[in-house]
Amino acid sequence: MDTNIRQPDEALFQELVRKKWTVSLVLTAIMLAIYYGFILVLAFAKDILAAKIGEGLTVGIPIGALVILSACVLTGVYVAWANGPYDRAVKKILENMRGEGK
Amino acid sequence: MNEFTSSIGQPNAVSIIFFFVFVAATLVITWFAAKKSRTASQFYAAGRSVTGLQNGLALAGDYMSAASFLGIAGLVALKGYDGLIYSIGFLVGWPIIMFLIAEPLRNLGKYTFADVVAYRLRQKPVRIAASVGSLMTVAFYLIAQMVGSGSLVKLMFGLPYEGAVIAVGAIMIAYVLFGGMLATTWVQIIKAVLLMGGATVVVFLVLTTYGFSPTALFGAAAAKYGDKVLAPGGLVSNPWDALSLGIALMFGTAGLPHILMRFYTVPDAKAARKSVFYATGFISYFYILTFIIGFGAMALVGHDVITRFDKGGNMAALLLAEVTGGTVFLGFIAAVAFATILAVVAGLTLAGATTFSHDLYVNVFKRGQATEQDEVKMAKRGTLFLGVLAVGLGIAFKGQNVAFMVGLAFAIAASANFPALLMSILWKRFSTTGAWVSIATGATLAAGLIILSPTVWVDVLGNAQAIFPWKNPALISLPAAFVAGWIASLLCPDREAQEKYAEQKIRNYLAVGAE
Repeated sequence: MDTNIRQPDEALFQELVRKKWTVSLVLTAIMLAIYYGFILVLAFAKDILAAKIGEGLTVGIPIGALVILSACVLTGVYVAWANGPYDRAVKKILENMRGEGK
Repeated sequence: MNEFTSSIGQPNAVSIIFFFVFVAATLVITWFAAKKSRTASQFYAAGRSVTGLQNGLALAGDYMSAASFLGIAGLVALKGYDGLIYSIGFLVGWPIIMFLIAEPLRNLGKYTFADVVAYRLRQKPVRIAASVGSLMTVAFYLIAQMVGSGSLVKLMFGLPYEGAVIAVGAIMIAYVLFGGMLATTWVQIIKAVLLMGGATVVVFLVLTTYGFSPTALFGAAAAKYGDKVLAPGGLVSNPWDALSLGIALMFGTAGLPHILMRFYTVPDAKAARKSVFYATGFISYFYILTFIIGFGAMALVGHDVITRFDKGGNMAALLLAEVTGGTVFLGFIAAVAFATILAVVAGLTLAGATTFSHDLYVNVFKRGQATEQDEVKMAKRGTLFLGVLAVGLGIAFKGQNVAFMVGLAFAIAASANFPALLMSILWKRFSTTGAWVSIATGATLAAGLIILSPTVWVDVLGNAQAIFPWKNPALISLPAAFVAGWIASLLCPDREAQEKYAEQKIRNYLAVGAE
């Protein structure tokens, strides 16, 4: 690794960090809302989940499955963004840093 | 149904054969891994050579304990829908790991999460505090696993409890001592594949009975025990307690040292992110299977038989395997459950040993001036010490109610480890004093309030009334750890740490200088 640390372009770097935490915090907020929403319904209005919607099925079962699915989808969204656009932005900043040193 | 007989509890030839094949195969892997476990980076982090998919499987293998397989299947079998609530709690910590800590952890640390917390702070106080949080989490988790393994093996094969604990301890020590992280990783990968494969076959066999319609299965269970099994029941009686448990499970997952340590086995942040994605998928799939297995046991085995073998329902999945697939299949699933225990305790022991040698011996006792050979030697001594200690504690706690210890481990991980980790990453003014005060507050409150809670004060100590009303303290101890860290950082600022923050950010986001 390059031990000779040069400074990254300040504006680009700030933008990168801001974007990274916007994405992270928005996704975290969605996950928290889904999970604690589920817990609060369980705690205060569990009759909603107990309602039958067919033979051998209550509202709670597909809702529970959706909470599980949402965790997978949200991590998928993050990994697609971070391993794609984010990593490309990082690469660009690193190239600028090396370029300026020459 | 009174005629029901089972070969559970008797030595099962098939099971013993499967188990010996598993142990022999993993020991061969350990023998090969031993040649690649000489340097510190090899011993602690498998030379950072694990791929994203492999690490995803290993994370799942490290996380899915026998308790979550047999315990949650049993909970679903006896209580129905309520079991799903636990599964969801155990899953939702994974997206949090992904969004908040996977990258910084990989880019800033070397072998332990304490590397990240201590990155720009004074090493000694921060490492000592982080090690205490880490070792408390590992110790309580380990005791619960050892005691669980002794009782499970006794139930499954009729082996004496002490013999089972010693066998688990000895095999696990062999993996970690000789094969380090590489052998541990492969044990976890193989176990994850076997566990998910075995559970898939059980679900397949159950669903053939119901024309591949899960709702037909749920309907059959409801016809037997009433519609209440399809709806939330008494598990969530106190809303605050439910919220508190949810916080402990979610943020505790993001503070488990043996899970966090696995992020150093992959080459970079990209692979670390992929591994969380795979792990989330595998764990979700597994918990959905567990839900169906629980209902299968309810419908096809029935409450009377399940509780006759174990009051807590722990034998439900195994009984279902026997009913659907016969003795041979029971033997296979029992062997998988045993393998599951081995993989989890190996991961825990390695994490504890790394804390001993890397955080305490090298960075506190030797002030960072130890040779690599010394470091690996200390890690191996730590492994042996922890392994023997785990066996000793497993035997000492025989017959004790240790169910609260997993909850305690999660509460401490959520309150002591997670807040300090997050603040060190995100907050420039986080100081040395702030770090140790936060960890001490989180650990003390989590442990103290659990002792005063119904789970220990009433169930273990036998008092009539609990002093602290909730079963889980995280709703208080986690915010308290953040507030304590914040106030202490403002009162005792650390100028040097603030100056180093710019450099930490460059390494965090651009991976410049990351190992």
